[in-house]
Amino acid sequence: MRMKRHWTKLAIVVACLAAIVAGAVTGPVLAGPPQPARGKGEKCVAPTDWMRRYHMQALKHQRDETVHEGIRTPRFSLKHCFECHQVAGADGRPVSVADPKHFCRTCHDYAAVRVDCFECHASRPGEEPIRTGSTTDNPPAAAASGDVAALNRYLGDAKR
Amino acid sequence: MSMKFVFPEEDDGVAARGGGTQGAIAVAAAMPPADVVAVDPVDAGRRWFLKAAAVFTTTVLAPGVTLMAFGDIDAANARPADQPVSSAQRWGLLIDAAKCQEGCSACVTACGVENGIAAPKHAATDSQWIRTLKVTDPRNGATFQMPIMCQHCTEPPCVDVCPTGASFRRADGIVLVDRHICIGCRYCMMACPYKARSFVHEPLHDQKPYAPRGKGCVEGCSMCVHRVDAGGTPACVEACAKTGHAAMIFGDLYDKNSEIARRVATYRTTRVRADLGTDPGVYYQNI
Repeated sequence: MRMKRHWTKLAIVVACLAAIVAGAVTGPVLAGPPQPARGKGEKCVAPTDWMRRYHMQALKHQRDETVHEGIRTPRFSLKHCFECHQVAGADGRPVSVADPKHFCRTCHDYAAVRVDCFECHASRPGEEPIRTGSTTDNPPAAAASGDVAALNRYLGDAKR
Repeated sequence: MSMKFVFPEEDDGVAARGGGTQGAIAVAAAMPPADVVAVDPVDAGRRWFLKAAAVFTTTVLAPGVTLMAFGDIDAANARPADQPVSSAQRWGLLIDAAKCQEGCSACVTACGVENGIAAPKHAATDSQWIRTLKVTDPRNGATFQMPIMCQHCTEPPCVDVCPTGASFRRADGIVLVDRHICIGCRYCMMACPYKARSFVHEPLHDQKPYAPRGKGCVEGCSMCVHRVDAGGTPACVEACAKTGHAAMIFGDLYDKNSEIARRVATYRTTRVRADLGTDPGVYYQNI
């Protein structure tokens, strides 16, 4: 009688353990901390721990300097972030913030932080570089040659 | 209560990388000769940079006509990227209405392409940074066309009325909207005598990385500030030169040797509604 009770207890314990192990293997897996896309370069513009904590302050500081004083250093510019931390989508182009794989979204989705930067700002690198007034920056398309011809005509006129 | 905020030290590798980018911009502004155009689209940027670097000295030594065509931008004297703009400069435009061809809208198109402004769906309310104006003398029917945009006033009424400080005048004379602060009240639109400001009514997508724009903010001609800061000229001026009309000139009004300052000093110029005392930075000829 006593022996039988022991067997019953042991069976219950074994069953519970089996259930726990099975649950751990097949049950819902809790997501770990997010793994945002690594940048292209060797290292980030500041130590990773610092960037995790203070990137918003850095961006805000830079934004005021850029907009009001025309200081366009790349170090803490939003544009510069995406030049390194871009994630290629199915079409090979860097994904926009509409994609959950986007560099900013990986963490912000996890932390339930909704940023409104991208209502105005582009969330992926542009396809063309900033043009600086030089006509030679135009893509070498057939359409450009007509423009260059017109420019040369104009330059010829200006010389006379 | 404010937290003390200190940037971490910048290591050398990063500094060199950042410096490289700025160097590229400075060289880009040196306007290498036209033969550089015909490069393969693959990796064109890098190849272009190397070529541009190679011709850099030549271009600086012989700026001549090429630089004049774009308004005397001397890349060698361009402001370093980490220095703030200063009031030693005053960017301005000179527009010759006699050279502006009726029916041509190259400047308007170029502005849209550069700043990511789509063709208007609702013409009455959609954003418009620059427009062409057809002026008719009712007595004799004589007409001419001129482009009009933000006049980048020294005393901008839009700045006076802005309740948040979003509308501001940069030290070098460019009048801008800080969209981070703009609450979209549109007071500036009412105050501007030139109807130069627009309000964005609908959500936008795929903005240009260098020209952020968005719903709920007022916006206007930025004189292509991203190009100016890189030593370039506004897109409209460049487009106008490419058509061969060359009705627009951009440059520093305070620089006595600049094409724009020389022309303003030589010819009789007009500014739109100068009687209002706004002291615009946009000058017109033959209006």
